[in-house]
Amino acid sequence: MGSSRVLDAYYPRNFAVHPRANDPAYKTSLLRSPRHALLSIDPTPTELSGPGFSPADLDPLDHDLTQNHAHTGLPIGERIIIHGRVIDEQARPLPNVLIEIWQANAGGRYRHDKDRYLAPLDPNFGGCGRTLSGQDGSYFFRTIRPGPYPWRNRMNDWRPAHVHFAISGKAWCQRLVTQMYFEGDPLIQRDAIVATVADHQALDRLIARFDPHASLPFDCLAYRFDLVLRGRRAQFFETLLPE
Amino acid sequence: MLLENETASQTAGPFVHIGLVPDSVGIKQRALVSSELCSLGIPDGSKAIEVTGQVFDGSGSAIMDAVLELWQADHQGHYPEQSAGGFRGWGRSAIDPELGHFSFRTIKPGPVTTQRGAVMAPHLAFWLVARGINLGLHTRMYFPEDLELHALDPVLKSIELKSRWSTLIASSIEPVAQNDALLRYRFDIVLQGDRETVFFDI
Repeated sequence: MGSSRVLDAYYPRNFAVHPRANDPAYKTSLLRSPRHALLSIDPTPTELSGPGFSPADLDPLDHDLTQNHAHTGLPIGERIIIHGRVIDEQARPLPNVLIEIWQANAGGRYRHDKDRYLAPLDPNFGGCGRTLSGQDGSYFFRTIRPGPYPWRNRMNDWRPAHVHFAISGKAWCQRLVTQMYFEGDPLIQRDAIVATVADHQALDRLIARFDPHASLPFDCLAYRFDLVLRGRRAQFFETLLPE
Repeated sequence: MLLENETASQTAGPFVHIGLVPDSVGIKQRALVSSELCSLGIPDGSKAIEVTGQVFDGSGSAIMDAVLELWQADHQGHYPEQSAGGFRGWGRSAIDPELGHFSFRTIKPGPVTTQRGAVMAPHLAFWLVARGINLGLHTRMYFPEDLELHALDPVLKSIELKSRWSTLIASSIEPVAQNDALLRYRFDIVLQGDRETVFFDI
């Protein structure tokens, strides 16, 4: 029984950078947030291991949202590249991290039964993509800049343009879901979901920067978005304390 | 000293299915992971199981738009290292938008030994994201037939309020037919309230 594999230990999660579970301005969070404190546990092999990913799991166009749902032509909208690096809290590059993204189309409409916004669907845009980070932690997607859209929260609330990210590292405890915003969007400051992040620096890092140097001539503009996952802790000596 | 802070979490939102389970909203993409963990067959010596449940909010209403991920050891208590053909230990299930439940078909994991030599009772790790959940929630499901192992499990033992243990223990569902080899379990997750599930900071 059990595994003899040596597993990395991770730094405890820094909750100061994360939103509170319960934020009155984001109304849906009120009934969907635990009232009890999370139980902090000494991570076991369950939390320190995780599923592995391989390039063979993916198809060649998975990271190109301008093409992976194109049927009759290219999708409508502003063509962009989103790129960056996945690192850990010690700034070490993290290779082979699974990055899954989803987003609305250029008009702010999602390809989803529950989205009833009047902006039309784009027959050539699905809105999902995925990739694995390279050896240096780098990743990129090509997509269409998503549009802002209204949502039911307070009257006349609009989401800033954003791309959803789900990031799966080597360990179960590194899993993270977040959203990427675009530099200069005036809706960022008015958004209740953005505002769930109280730490200004943490919020600033959710805003992708316009990156003219990575833009492709006569193809697309680029935005840079770096991601930081929980970091591996140096093990100075084996802890052999009894349970 | 840490050089960087972890990227801040944001809710997965109501349209999470597009990204994590695209086939459930009619987007064609090769499935990376599914709610069937043994589509290539049940590994020798393991028991096939099905786990079904619902997720409830603080008003007692079933949540219809969550996505759950499952991570588990194989029947010998080993966490799979690679996906190469064998049992991968990884699953994903969206709540069915009509029926309101999630469902996984997999195998029962074996007990897992910790780095310190303690034995953890067989368990499934779940991670839950949805609209209104600002930071993904981690919990575990244990099996009702392993009561003796529960008493020794270091994670269960760390739950001070013993009355909350039961929120992590599934219930057995009677087999439909006598020759049914599939063991069925029910595991509900309650986000808030009197029967609130224990969630972990891992």
